[in-house]
Amino acid sequence: MAHGISKAAAELRRAARDPVLLGVILLVAGSLIVFVLYPLISVGAASLDVGGGKTGLGVYRDVIRSAYLRKAFYNSLMMSTLTALVGTLIGFLFAFAVTRAKVPLSKFFNILAIIPIVSPPFIGALAIIMLFGNNGLITWNLLKIQNFPIYGFNGLFLAQVVTFFPVAYLTLKGVLESMNPVLEDAALDLGGSRWKVFTKVTLPLAFPGIASSVLLLFVETLADFGNPLILAGSKFPILSVQAYLQIVGMYDLPKGAAISVLLLVPSLIFFYAQRALVNRRKYTTVTGKPQQSTTQIVSPGARIALFVFCLFVALVVGLIYFSIVVGAFAKVWGFDHHLTLDHFKFVFGVGFKAVRDTLMIAGIATPFAGLLGMVIAFLVVRVKFPGRKFVEGVSMLSFAVPGTVIGIGYILAFNHKPLALTGTLAILLLNFVFRYIPVGIESGKALLASIDPSIEEAAVNLGADSRKTFSRITLPMILPAFFSGLVFAFVRAMTAVSAAIFLVSSRWNLMTVHIMAQVESGNLGAAAAYSLLLVLIVAAAISLIRVALKSQYSKYGGAMLHF
Amino acid sequence: MSVRLVNITKEFADPEREGGKLVAVRDFNLEIQDGEFVTLLGPSGCGKTTTLRMIAGFEMPTIGEVWIGGKNVSNDPPNKRDTSMVFQSYAIFPHMSVEQNVGFGLELKGRPKAEITREVRQIMEVMGIADLAHRRPDQLSGGQQQRVALARAIVNRPSVLLFDEPLSNLDAKLREQMRVEIRRIQQTFKITSVYVTHDQAEAMTVSDRIVVMSKGQMMQVGSPFEIYSRPANRFVADFIGRVNLLSVTVERLEQEKNIVRGTDGSRYEAASAASGVAEGGKALLMVRPESLSVESSAGAAPAAEGRMAFAQGVIDKTVYLGATVEYEIDAGYERPILAVSHDPVNAGFWRTSDRVVLRYSPRAAHLLPPESE
Repeated sequence: MAHGISKAAAELRRAARDPVLLGVILLVAGSLIVFVLYPLISVGAASLDVGGGKTGLGVYRDVIRSAYLRKAFYNSLMMSTLTALVGTLIGFLFAFAVTRAKVPLSKFFNILAIIPIVSPPFIGALAIIMLFGNNGLITWNLLKIQNFPIYGFNGLFLAQVVTFFPVAYLTLKGVLESMNPVLEDAALDLGGSRWKVFTKVTLPLAFPGIASSVLLLFVETLADFGNPLILAGSKFPILSVQAYLQIVGMYDLPKGAAISVLLLVPSLIFFYAQRALVNRRKYTTVTGKPQQSTTQIVSPGARIALFVFCLFVALVVGLIYFSIVVGAFAKVWGFDHHLTLDHFKFVFGVGFKAVRDTLMIAGIATPFAGLLGMVIAFLVVRVKFPGRKFVEGVSMLSFAVPGTVIGIGYILAFNHKPLALTGTLAILLLNFVFRYIPVGIESGKALLASIDPSIEEAAVNLGADSRKTFSRITLPMILPAFFSGLVFAFVRAMTAVSAAIFLVSSRWNLMTVHIMAQVESGNLGAAAAYSLLLVLIVAAAISLIRVALKSQYSKYGGAMLHF
Repeated sequence: MSVRLVNITKEFADPEREGGKLVAVRDFNLEIQDGEFVTLLGPSGCGKTTTLRMIAGFEMPTIGEVWIGGKNVSNDPPNKRDTSMVFQSYAIFPHMSVEQNVGFGLELKGRPKAEITREVRQIMEVMGIADLAHRRPDQLSGGQQQRVALARAIVNRPSVLLFDEPLSNLDAKLREQMRVEIRRIQQTFKITSVYVTHDQAEAMTVSDRIVVMSKGQMMQVGSPFEIYSRPANRFVADFIGRVNLLSVTVERLEQEKNIVRGTDGSRYEAASAASGVAEGGKALLMVRPESLSVESSAGAAPAAEGRMAFAQGVIDKTVYLGATVEYEIDAGYERPILAVSHDPVNAGFWRTSDRVVLRYSPRAAHLLPPESE
């Protein structure tokens, strides 16, 4: 204990030699406390508020006694578990087909699986309503079924699997790609059949990745808000939506807060289980050329089966985007499919304020989130200071905490002085900046860890202070991580809905929230037009950042990849 | 400029050790003259790099002071100290050209552009890397990176130049070439230099003085000759080169003529003795393998003028290396005696099982204090 204190004192003494650095550390730690921890604490405190200035577990008792909310809890856990398992299965087969079996059209499948990731998370739900809803293209126009029961389990399950299987795909693609194909060759060489090789070598090697993907999907599905708000319906309650309805519909803050806590606890458990799993896995650094193998690792029959499977998944994803595109141009979806630009006239006319606001908010929040992510990654990896673990832990929290919980936390924490921010631009910006730093931090940390610290020491040794070292040496070296942080922050800021829905106001509104409102009022065409515009903006922005990164890479002559 | 390390102790927190800390450097005192080239030599973990990093300011001593050029810099951060370091990994900035790398320090000092260009050109000329100015670091060989790192350090004309095992990533041939080069550059610019290495040959080549360290403590400071021929204790004798040691009792200590007796009563003479060797006490008689001559024990070939018998025995192992032949001789001691003879073409060489006598000149014999532990 005593030596812990003396260590902290020594680290402080060292930090004090560099006032700029000390200031940055204090600023980062302070703002993490205020904008990440404090809202969560507010949620906890509000859930214990039993009225009359007293605290107790009364609200939880009410929540648990309510059969409806118990059902919501059960439904949420069940949906998350199912989606996690099925989504991972589809993601694995897709990744295996693309990376290992090398089915035809691999490149196309790869792009197709990435599109949902950069789309608003409720686009699946919107398309499903358009395809299978009361006026659905398939159910009503083709099959003439009225009131097809798409609301509830069926629709939501489909929407969430479509939304989240790409996350599993990306995770497992990385895992399968980093696996040395020579291992499989060796197993074949030793006389294993292809099926034996798959079950005894490939699958066990991929298992930590698969388990990690299941846990990750569970956390993301549990936090999902847009899909259940559109599709769950009143007979199939889901926790995140119930928390929202308690607050926005019933103005019952304590109950909404208590439901949030019930949502938060399993999220945190599964999130930390996933982290532990990932951290236990040994990282193999990729050096030199990736290992190549020409062996066909699957039999021709299996390859065809995988190809057909991929085609089917592609068909479902394609159908979703097809219906969004067509819906955006169709006069009245389900009744009058004449092409029209009316919906876009609406979007660019009356509804354009939301577009402008969204672009502005995402435009401001993105560079801040990107830069903050790099600063935190730098502090955590390179600087020794007391509370380093705390800063790292808190900055990663927003990965684990469902947006609904954060949104409720923000309205609870920042509706009174000294930080009366509700209804302002600032509250949206702060929420986006602090919520969307983790990807930047993670990739920044990984990249920094692979860079020899003596490169930065050399700069300091030559007379650079900490600010110069960071801007001239560290940041340029971790530029790829900075850009991936920027992309993530921008995509999320453009497509976020779960936390933002609590924070928008008449002064500052977002496209996503507008789309939800259009869906609720049955105006599917306008919703589709908005969604299409949103996806196009995000795609354009990503391409732009890609091009910028490419030009940087060529400027560095690929040097950064080697260090 | 001169460098002074006063009573330096450096502890690191280490919960796995007794007392929760690791003492990396203990009670370290050293004074380096202006323009002097001093090497910190020792096995890994001896505290040499920590000492170097304390001079640079990357580590702060737990106790003690660092003085550079008559100024106490103990509390100055690294960027405020006028030191330039050549890193083991070179630490070339990967996103800058060679020219930008070399000019970075001057740029930070706010020198005018034209001056920076001129200085950078000049130093690259001296280092023989002028034609690499616009190369990217990933296009350089190890030796070229080494030169860039050296140029980047020297161009600032620092008060002190620090080297952290700069040659350990080069192949053997290039390493020998660069040693000479580093010494030449240092002599040209007369910059006070501190050099860290675990390679004794490297230390001997470049240094004015060598500091031998072990377990955070200074074992001996001295010229390469003193360190090699007059080591202060068994650790230094063993660490620098190979050595033959005999347990002896000191009979008489006299200037240039110390008389000792072996366990079997034989009489030996040694020209020098380390401090801690006392009359009547125990000591270790040290003779380096190349100072022993291997002679025939058959017949009564008279010893050459002034040479004395060190041991007799049988050749146990012969290793022929071309320029030299190395022998291991079983003389009845716990460890075999090592001897190296040069120019085997002319001198001929012995074969396994030959009976030989080993002779030495008292000039090459040195007395070490008995091992305390």
